[in-house]
Formats: sequence, C-alpha cells, structure tokens
Amino acid sequence: MIPSSPLLPDQASDVARSVDHLMLFALSGLVFFSALIATLVLVFMVKYRRKSSDQVGIDIYETNPKSHVLELVWSVIPLSLLLVLFGWGTKVFFEQNRPPAGAAQYWVTGRQWMWKIQHPDGRREINELHVPVGRAVQLKMISEDVIHDFFVPAFRIHVDVLPSRYTTYWFKANRTGTFHLFCGQYCGVEHSKMVGRIVVMEPRAYEAWLAGEKTGPSAAGVASGDELFVAKSCNTCHRPDSAARAPILNGIFGTQVSFNDGTKAVVNDDYIRESILNPAVKVVSGYQPVMPTFKGQISEEELIQLVNYVKSLKAASLAAPEAGQ
Amino acid sequence: MSEGHGSGGHGARADLAHHFDSYEQQKDTATLGMWTFLVTEILFFGGLFAAYGVYRASFPAAFRAGSHELDIALGGFNTVVLIASSLTMALAVRGGQTGKGKLAAALLGLTMVLGTVFLVVKGFEYHHKFVEHHVPGPTFHFEGPEANHVQMFFVLYFALTSLHALHMVIGILLVGYVAKRAWSGAYTPRNYNFLEGTGLYWHFVDLVWIFLFPLLYLIGRH
Amino acid sequence: MTTTPSEAPAPPTTAPAATLPDGSPRTHYLNAAYGLKSWLLTRDHKRIALLYLFSVTVFFALGGLMAVLIRMELVTPQGDLFQPDTYNRLFTMHGVIMVFFFLIPSIPAVLGNFLIPLMIGAKDLAFPRINLFSWYLYTVGGLFTLWALLHGGVDTGWTFYTPLSTNYVTTAVVTVGLGVFITGFSSILTGLNFVVTIHRMRAPGMTWFRLPLFVWGHYATSLIMILGTPVVAITILLVAVEHVFHVGIFDPKLGGDPVLFQHLFWFYSHPAVYIMVLPAMAVVSELVATFAHKPIFGYKFVAFASIGIAVLGFFVWGHHMFVAGQSIYAGVVFSVLSMLVAVPSAIKVFNWTATLYKGSISWDTPMLYALGFIGLFTIGGLTGVMLATLGIDAHVHDTYFVIAHFHYIMVGGAIMGYLGGLHFWWPKITGRMYPVFWSKLSAIVVFVGFNVTFFPQFILGYLGMPRRYHSYPPEFQVLNVMSSAGATVLGLGYLMPLVYFLWSLRYGPKAPSNPWGATGLEWQTTSPPPVLNFETPPIVTAPPYTYPAGAPIPGVDRV
Repeated sequence: MIPSSPLLPDQASDVARSVDHLMLFALSGLVFFSALIATLVLVFMVKYRRKSSDQVGIDIYETNPKSHVLELVWSVIPLSLLLVLFGWGTKVFFEQNRPPAGAAQYWVTGRQWMWKIQHPDGRREINELHVPVGRAVQLKMISEDVIHDFFVPAFRIHVDVLPSRYTTYWFKANRTGTFHLFCGQYCGVEHSKMVGRIVVMEPRAYEAWLAGEKTGPSAAGVASGDELFVAKSCNTCHRPDSAARAPILNGIFGTQVSFNDGTKAVVNDDYIRESILNPAVKVVSGYQPVMPTFKGQISEEELIQLVNYVKSLKAASLAAPEAGQ
Repeated sequence: MSEGHGSGGHGARADLAHHFDSYEQQKDTATLGMWTFLVTEILFFGGLFAAYGVYRASFPAAFRAGSHELDIALGGFNTVVLIASSLTMALAVRGGQTGKGKLAAALLGLTMVLGTVFLVVKGFEYHHKFVEHHVPGPTFHFEGPEANHVQMFFVLYFALTSLHALHMVIGILLVGYVAKRAWSGAYTPRNYNFLEGTGLYWHFVDLVWIFLFPLLYLIGRH
Repeated sequence: MTTTPSEAPAPPTTAPAATLPDGSPRTHYLNAAYGLKSWLLTRDHKRIALLYLFSVTVFFALGGLMAVLIRMELVTPQGDLFQPDTYNRLFTMHGVIMVFFFLIPSIPAVLGNFLIPLMIGAKDLAFPRINLFSWYLYTVGGLFTLWALLHGGVDTGWTFYTPLSTNYVTTAVVTVGLGVFITGFSSILTGLNFVVTIHRMRAPGMTWFRLPLFVWGHYATSLIMILGTPVVAITILLVAVEHVFHVGIFDPKLGGDPVLFQHLFWFYSHPAVYIMVLPAMAVVSELVATFAHKPIFGYKFVAFASIGIAVLGFFVWGHHMFVAGQSIYAGVVFSVLSMLVAVPSAIKVFNWTATLYKGSISWDTPMLYALGFIGLFTIGGLTGVMLATLGIDAHVHDTYFVIAHFHYIMVGGAIMGYLGGLHFWWPKITGRMYPVFWSKLSAIVVFVGFNVTFFPQFILGYLGMPRRYHSYPPEFQVLNVMSSAGATVLGLGYLMPLVYFLWSLRYGPKAPSNPWGATGLEWQTTSPPPVLNFETPPIVTAPPYTYPAGAPIPGVDRV
C-alpha cells in the first residue's frame, strides 16, 4: 500500500530531504513577500480611502530624495535573496544529477506505454523496480520511441528519457516502502497509464526476492550481451588477436580515442551505441570505415546488452564476460 | 468604409494619408515600418540558420559531402545576378526619388528580369537534385555511410532556398506592381515610400542569399 | 436665416462637435457609419479593436468550455468521463486556443489597438490597413484551428514536442500548425504597427517620458512580438514538414535532434508569456494611478522595468528544459538568468504598492481587479522563482505545480488585467456605464473561484501529480475535487460580465468623458470618441498622471 501524506510526498532519500528543505526556504520567502504585499495593499486601501470625489493623492516620489534609495533597496534585497536561492538550488541539482562512483548500474528502456527495467545481473522487470535500501542505484535510460520522463516523487527527481541518447537517473533510498513511478513527459494516448512502482526492501527481504520467483512478469527473449556479440558477428572483426580490421574492444571503455577527422572522444555508453547504429560517422584513426550499420536490425534493449558487454571486457582477457557493472 | 475620411480638403494632398500630419512623418513612418518588418524576417530565417548551425556542427563531413553535390558555378552565377539586380533596384529607387518615373520603371523591369533569371537557374538546380535523387524523402538516395546526415543537409538546403525563393517570387510581384505605378508617375520626391520600401525588401532578400551561398555551396572548398 | 446660393456652406469638420441633450456626443466612431461593410472594411483602429473583442471572446468561451470538461473528468481518479484520446485532445486544444487565440492577442489587440493612438494623441495607428489585415490573419488562423477542432483536434499538447508530434500521431497537426502560423503573423504585424506608431505618431509635446505606462508596456510587448514570433513560426513549419514528409529534422532515427525542437519552440514560447503579462501590467499601472489619484511611484523605473523584462525574457528559455537532457551547466546558466528576470517584476509590484501610500483610493471595480492582479501575480511570480530554482524544478517539472504557476500568472494575472482594463475603459469604448454592484460582485466571485481552483494544484504538484494525466492515483482526489469546485465558481464569475456588459450597451447610463477622474489624453475626448479621436489635435505640456493638488479634476461628474 502506498502511504499518502497531506502536503508532502514520501521522503525516501537524503536528496529528497534536501529538496524539501530548499522548497521550504523558497516557500517561506514566498509567504513573507506575499503577506507583506497583501498587508500593505490592504492597509493602504483602507487607510487612504478617498474622502471626496476630487481628492488627489500625494506624490511622494518626486518630492522625496529617498525615493531612489528605496528603489535600489527593493531591487538589491530581492536580487540577493534570489541569488541565494539560485546557489542553493544549484547545489541540490548537482546532488540530484551526479551519481556517486560505485552506484549499481541499471538500465531502463521506456516505450509507449511501459517501462522495461534491467538489473545489473540481467534480471528484468516491467513497470517495477525492486531495490535494497541504502544502495546507490544509477539508471541509464533510453526511449524506443518518443520522449518520456522517469519521475519518482519520493526521490524528488525527474529526468527525461530520450530516443536519441542515454540519460542518467540516480537515487539512494533511505527507507523501505513502495513509491509511485510516473512517466513525467506527455507521450501519447496512454501517458497516464505509464506508471509503476519502486519497491525498496530491507536487505533480507531483497535477498529473498532475488532468490525466489521473479515477482511480476519479465520480458522474455532478449539474448545476453555475449550471445549477441557472436550472433551479430561482432567477434569476426573485433578480436584481440588480429588488430587489422577493427579496434580492439578489451579495456576500451572509459579511454579516449582519436578519429580519422582529427577529433577525439571518450568511449562511453552513447559512443558505443552510436558506433553500432552509425559506424561510419566516427571512425577510429588508422581504420577503414568498413563496419556495417545495424540500424533497424537491433532493438534498444539489445543495444543495452551489447553496451554492457563491451563495458565488461577487461584488457587482459576475452574470457567469460563479467556480469553487470 | 472610411467613415468621415476623405471628405473635403484632401483632393490636393491625395498622397498624404489622413492620419499623418506631414509628408516627412509619413516617410519616416514608412521607412521605420519596413526596417522593423525586415528585422522580423531576420528572425524568421534565423530559426532555419540556427538549425543549420546545430546540424552542421554535428555532422561536418556529411555537410561537406552534401555541399559538394551543389553546382558552384550556377550558385556563383546566381549570386552575381542578384547583386546586379540590387544595383538596378537601387538605381530605380533613385529614379523614383528624383521624379524620373519612366526610367525607374525600366530599371524595375530589368530587376524583375534578373530576379526571374535567378529563379529559372534555381529551377534547373532543383531539377538536377531531383534527377540525382537528392530530394529528401522517400526518393532520397546517397552512396556513402552517412546518407541520413547528408539528407539532413539537403533538408536544410531545400528549406532555406525555397523560403528564399518564395520571398523572391513575392519580391518580383511587388517590383512589377511598383514598376507599373512608377511608369504612371505615382512616385514623386515627396512620396516614393512604397518604392523605397520595395527596394529595401529586395536588398534584404539579396542579402539573405549572400549568406546562403557560402553556407550551402562553399563548405570545405578552399 | 436662409442660405442663398452664393453662400457656400462651410466645409464639414472632420469630427462633429455637437452633443446630445444628455451630454453625450452626437456622432462618434460607432454611429458614423452603419452596415457590415463599414465594420469588415474599416480602417479605424477603434472598430478593429471591437472586431478583436468579438473574436477573442468567442475563443475564450471555447477554451473555457474545454477547461470545464477537463475539470469534470478530473473529479474522479479514474478516466471515466472521456476516452484517454479525447482527454488528450481537450487539454491540447485548451492550451492552443487559450495561448494563441486568447491570451496573446487579448489586451494588445483589443485595448492596445483602441487606446494607443488616443493615448499618444494620434488619429490612428501608423498602418491602419495593416491593422485590419492583422485581424483577418487572426480570423483565418482561427478558422483553420476551428476546422481542425471539428475534425477531432490535436493531441500532442500545446507544446508539440517531437518526435511525438512529427512521427507518432495522426491528428490534425498540420492544420492546427498552419492556424497558429497564420495567427502568428497577426501578432507580428500588430507589434510592428505599435512600435512604429509609438515612435512616429506622438502628438506635439508627447515625449517618451510623458507617455502613459500603458504605452511603455505595449512597446515592450511589441518588441517581443516582433522578435520572438517569427522563430516559432518557422519551427511550426518545420514540424509540419516533418509530420508530412518524415525527412528527419527532429527524428533521431535519421540523425535529427528532438531536443533542438524544444530549444526553438521555447525561444519564442518563453518570451510569449511576457507578451501575455506585460500588457496586463501596463493596464494595472493605469488603474493604480487613476484609482489612487496620483502618479505611479517611480515612473521611470516601471517604464524601464517593462523593457528589461522584454529583453531579459529572451535569455531564459532553457528553464523549461532543466530535465530535458541538456547539460547541467546549461541549466545553471538559465537558472541564474531566470532569477534576474524576476527583479524588474518585483520592482513593479513594489512601485504599485508604494503608489497606494498616501493615495486617494477608491474601490471601484477596475481597482478591485488591479488589486487582485497584484496579489495573484506576486504569488504566481514567486512560484515562478521556485521553478527557476534547479533543485525544486527537478521535482515539480511537468506536474500540477507548473500548471498552478502559469495559471496564477495567466488567469490571476493576465485575465484579471484584461477584465480590469475592460471595466476601466468600457465607458470610453461604448459610452455606457455598467451596473456597479454586479461588476464588483463578479470581481469577487472571479477572485475567490480562481484561488479555490488553482491553489490546491500547487499542493497536488508537489505531491507528485503529473500534468496531462487523464487518470490519477486515488490519494489525489480530494484536492482535485476542490479544484473542480472552484472552476465552477470561476466560470460563473466569467459569465457575469458577459451579461451585464451586453445589458449596458442598451440600458446602461450614458458615460461622461471622464467618469473616473483619470488623466491621460483618452479621457480628454468624448465617450465614445469621434472617428478621428480628437476634435482638435492635442498638445501635451505636462507629465503623465498629473493630479494638481487641491484642484478639481476635469470631467469628474460621476454617474
């Protein structure tokens, strides 16, 4: 049962608490200034009520040399408060968007109108995500069609899910419970139904869940990364022994590569995905653009498996790929 | 329609609109109006230029490849034609300003001819693109690994040049209209506002081409 | 005395000087000519303003009807009143109609058109025929949109995000897009007309710093209309081309960037909100000065603040995209700039409040609307500041918090400014007064109904209820029911002026030239004004809002 709260949603992470504090600061400013203006206006309205139809008001601006000072004061004070709010908001935003190192790497594929979530160990869920409490979780997300948005009010974060590249969501739940997951970017007819649950569990309960039957249906039929690497014949060129035709992938993730046109890039998730879909755009220097494109022949979920697989290839060996991370 | 307007006293000043107090005010208003309109046109084309800038920065090689498919000789010829037409236009406005209506009309006619030449050449270029399957859409075909990005170049090429061509067509019609008016002596040193406004518009359309030509035709040619 | 043939009658003057026994003018712009042609082919800015008044009222009614249907659906958590598809079309068309066909034109096209020439002492706008053409463009664009509405409308959201709008819907995107595109040119030409008019058509002695703040506000608005609208026009064209031909402009499968659409769209659509609010602020300045019978405190600051808002407003569009996948550093830049744009608005609110100090304040209906504006705009603006705060926006982006924020500004702000202006200048425009009791009552009903409708939505948004949701979790129901109840009251509040304004046209007492004891050139001519606005062209010698102390105010015979 998802608990309800009158004015604030569940606060399920430290970041959520930061956001609430920030909001309360802003809110108190709002209440103060609104009340100030409202009070002044109402008091003046009554105190200076017109007594006769041709009574005029007293122009204090021109006659009072302090007028300009007043203008300055009520420009500078709000500006200063706004800049404080800006600074604090930026700090919280960086917390919201910078996952810590060592966060567990999950994958999310959004499509009209469902969420497909993959655990580091390959386990898959639809519209639900079970996680242990106290563990930093990073979600790499992509859409198969239109722009969606991954929104968990309890964590106080939205991140759009784009069809062109990966975006990152992260959280570290600090209490157990079940929390709403909403799609936060209008995505078509059943947008309101693209909802789910984040289930945060005590470690023991989580172990039990992992060991037992998978709760909820799991998507079937997506091969693992190493299987795909062979099935799509990637291994015919990308081999650690003959380096002639294609760059060696072992250990390549996270390093910087140079291209034929002189530019450089760091090998990350987006780069690997782009290289499979549009191999001729960025060709590593010293190689010919002979890699065929797999656009239209590979789904976003298969791409995720391959990205994971390449990430897992360590420099020394082409032994059985490590699971996850 | 003009309730209360046009009655009494206006016969001698038919070329001064009722809501103006002087010819100078009328002229200044017309000029400011046309300049303001041209600013809106800059922003109108600006959106396309922004899209062009973004995609060119993303796909430099593909844009170079697409640019090479354009005929630089024809593009260069068109540039010269348009600049010449701006010259004839400027001279025509000068003619109207000095009361030489018939001279102005002839120069305006020449401007129309040059503008039409531009459009005809453009038509040939579009036809080439059609024949070579470079028109974006289901018939697009390009040999090479970055076909999609080359298609993006052509999307922007057609969007920019067809928007420009549309402005040219409107311009030619306008020039035709003012040529007829100039011939019948409508423009005097006191009021040649519509002629001058048309001239400003024409120069602007020319200027847009001056930007389009290097951006579309000259990428990567040293 | 009989005239002989040799005594030619004097040439007719351009405006009649005769008055009727009750003091009202014999001939004025409304009765100078009759017939449909005299309206549909008019060049008189005052008649064109009334043509717009008719059109925007029709669209407001349509958009309002959709709002009623939306709120009815949201009374229950399940989507049980409409199919999801229908609901999506309802909120999309509500947004498109309200933004493009009501809020953006309303004050400038109705009040601006009517008043700017009067306020600067001119006979008309700089380009009367272009003014009429603007109305026709608006109407044609509106007809396109109505046609699309009758054929099911569009279901993309008024924001038309790609690739949903280009590749995933089959609704009338092109038709609605064309409608908005055409109406956009109406906006551009109106802005152009205002800018040139204000520069070139001011009466002798009307220097820039003697202009009423209404004119300054509309000048700033016109800058935005001119510079911003063309960009959204070309963007909509690109969306239409992409929707039909699928060439890849915004389609990632073909190398396009869907986020580029968002940049291009918001580059206009953020400044657009200032097109909606600056005219309302311009009205409020006039109302506060008049109903406090004194000059606005800090006139120059208010004038420059208007320009400041217009200029700064062009640099903040990225605050709609904090979570759109752009770099967090881009977010930082847009956040701080958005904070800056709040400052000139704050200056205005403080200046209006300071104007009330030692004023001579009357509680007439227009003043009630002005006060409502000040309060609601303050709240709405401060929630905007909250949205500009990155850490908060990451949570409330695309929730009901955003909806509440912009309705506070657009409805609590812009519409109240529009209604206040209509109530203020109605006597001038129509020559009639409306019933005082009913007008004050409706102001209160609107204010109460508005707050009950939209305040709960702030809470709903922070609780996490996303926008554009047809059905929602049950724990959100109570607040939704409150909001819908308020909407009923608000709707009633909007119907009331329709009734008594129409009543006043026939039965309202005739209005004097200056029923409110206001300054400003428009009050120095008859109600309604003559065709060419002034019997003799005015010459200005005094600053605006000059209320000589102790002297009687001209024309203050209250009805």
